[in-house]
Amino acid sequence: MESMLHITTLHYLVLGAALFLLGVIGVLTRRNVVIVLMSIELILNAVNLNLVAFSRIWGGVHGQVFAIFVITDAAAEAAVGLGILIAFFRNKETVNIDEVNLLKW
Amino acid sequence: MGQFIQYIQSYLASDKTPGAAGNMFWVLVYILLVFAGLSVAVIAMNWLERKILAHMQVRLGPMRVGPHGLMQPIADAIKLLLKEDIMPAEADALIFWVAPFVVVLAAFTVFVVVPFGPTHAITDMNIGILFMLGVSSLSVLGIVMAGWASNSHYPLIGALRSSAQMVSYEVAMGLAVVSAVLMTSLNAEGTGTLSMIGIVQAQQAQGEWFIFKFFPLGLVAFFIFAVAMIAETNRAPFDLAEAESELTAGFHTEYSGFRWSLFFLAEYSAMIAVSSIAVTLWLGGWLRPFPNLLTGTVWNQLFSLFPGITFLFFAAMCFYNTARMPKHPLFRIQTIGLAGFGVILGLIGLVLFIPAVSVRIQDIFWFSAKVAGFMYLYIWYRGTFPRYRFDQLMRMGWKVLLPLGLGVLILTAGVALLQEKIWHP
Amino acid sequence: MAPVATPFFFYLLSGIMLIGGILVITRKNPVHSAVALIITLLAQASIYLMLYAPFVAGVQIILYAGGIMVLFLFVIMLVSIDRSMRERQFNSQWVVGIIAATALGGLFIAVYTKGKDIFPEHVLPIVEDNNNTQEVAKLLYGQYMFAFEIASLLLLVAIIGAVVMAKKRI
Repeated sequence: MESMLHITTLHYLVLGAALFLLGVIGVLTRRNVVIVLMSIELILNAVNLNLVAFSRIWGGVHGQVFAIFVITDAAAEAAVGLGILIAFFRNKETVNIDEVNLLKW
Repeated sequence: MGQFIQYIQSYLASDKTPGAAGNMFWVLVYILLVFAGLSVAVIAMNWLERKILAHMQVRLGPMRVGPHGLMQPIADAIKLLLKEDIMPAEADALIFWVAPFVVVLAAFTVFVVVPFGPTHAITDMNIGILFMLGVSSLSVLGIVMAGWASNSHYPLIGALRSSAQMVSYEVAMGLAVVSAVLMTSLNAEGTGTLSMIGIVQAQQAQGEWFIFKFFPLGLVAFFIFAVAMIAETNRAPFDLAEAESELTAGFHTEYSGFRWSLFFLAEYSAMIAVSSIAVTLWLGGWLRPFPNLLTGTVWNQLFSLFPGITFLFFAAMCFYNTARMPKHPLFRIQTIGLAGFGVILGLIGLVLFIPAVSVRIQDIFWFSAKVAGFMYLYIWYRGTFPRYRFDQLMRMGWKVLLPLGLGVLILTAGVALLQEKIWHP
Repeated sequence: MAPVATPFFFYLLSGIMLIGGILVITRKNPVHSAVALIITLLAQASIYLMLYAPFVAGVQIILYAGGIMVLFLFVIMLVSIDRSMRERQFNSQWVVGIIAATALGGLFIAVYTKGKDIFPEHVLPIVEDNNNTQEVAKLLYGQYMFAFEIASLLLLVAIIGAVVMAKKRI
């Protein structure tokens, strides 16, 4: 109980791992493309949390700079992913990824 | 108990904001003070808007409810609280309920870093201006949720238009803010600061308000921010998304009673918040006019008389209007009320002449006076300019303000670099 | 500034984040998922503040909660969700997915229990100076200048790509 009251780096890492797992479950099990994209954002956020936690413990701000780059990349990827979603929706009228099976034999 | 009193008194000797000093009690006191001040300001803004707009349109405005309509905002508040709470049938109940709170939260949380004085802020974050821009951009989420949850066409279109407009003008606002923050780095160690108190202290150290710096660059940056902040708060002439004659009140059509008053409260608080940003960044925050030009105890004492003089002027106007009231017996209560209000204002003015109070009130008074000037400008624009059409609005945000902001930023950076190279090679 | 009641705030914020994450992946209505994700992102910004990273917290609020989530909400409103809300929500491989996620979780637990002694100290020092932004700026425009320029190029490519993808006729 005493170790639970004192917040160490491991607490932040476990939180990051839990978020990562939630994101992975979302990507693997949901059919709605928008929710899959949101789960990918959860994964990226978990990675950011790890980076900033490590930057705290080792001093210096390299981890925080890396986290800023990850956020920038996440913005670009969300924009392009949602653009693809809109283009796909215009053709098929559905947001179900099980329907993306034109190449299936 | 003695320890508690010692805890309270240990802050009074320090020269930092309560948040930076870590004193929770004073943080709570300051939060309550800011909350109360904001509520009074919103009520006053409501009355002022109706009266000033009316006088600009050569009519009188509310005159019945109190003397010269002074009780009108209170009557409005009571009416809104007692109205029936309607929710559309197919509306998404959770989102419908949450949306006004998101907008109010975004509008009120911004005031955590607004500096009323060198130690008169709730806290002084290292990222002050970034925090204010970020949290005020959260109100876009509330508007989108409100429009979508109403399950009706006009609110949806109004919400989409309103949020597109707010997002577009945030870019121009950000560029103008960056060129102002750039000017804070012209000091000995060559580093600027994003903290709100640090920006005003940089203006104090460099001896001129940033609106006059590198003339006309500071002025153009201020102009870009002034236009963008009106579009950001959905006020005239950029209020297409919520004007009554266009889209039947836009994203808050389906909201009535208390929920609508939350949107209204958030709109006025957001207006005060972005005006605070403009005042802090360009108009010298809490500094009195000419802080470095007219120095000396004589000028200091002269400028320290201004708070008391302002309130005495308001009291004099109240007494003048009391004398002009009709002598009919039905107006007796209003005459007594107005005279009483004048007496209260006069007493406040006299209290502000006491040196012990005046020394503490100076910074807060100058800051509030400048923000009040911006509020008057908002009302003036509403009474003067015709409304922008939506495509004209978006064209101006992206094709006019954004290149102008980029140009000002590049020129400011160039001039700042030249100044560093020439004067500190 | 001395931290106040750190365990309480950490557990509160991590509870909010985990509940928000669970709501994101289990809600039928995508708008509810988006609102839960916004709450998770805001709680994460607060945790960044606890980790003495105020600049990353500010960037998270502006970009993630105020930019990316607005984009998500716009797209959810454009894409009709009534039909998708009446269909089955979890796809047919959900069993394999849960097994894979459990394996990953076991891997995490193994790594963390084995390696938790490599951290130098368990009592993290309190950061007293107030110039986090300046430190980040020194690194961003000094050592990582190349990456910064490439990130801006990436954003340009993403803008062009998103516009081309969403146009009706190219």
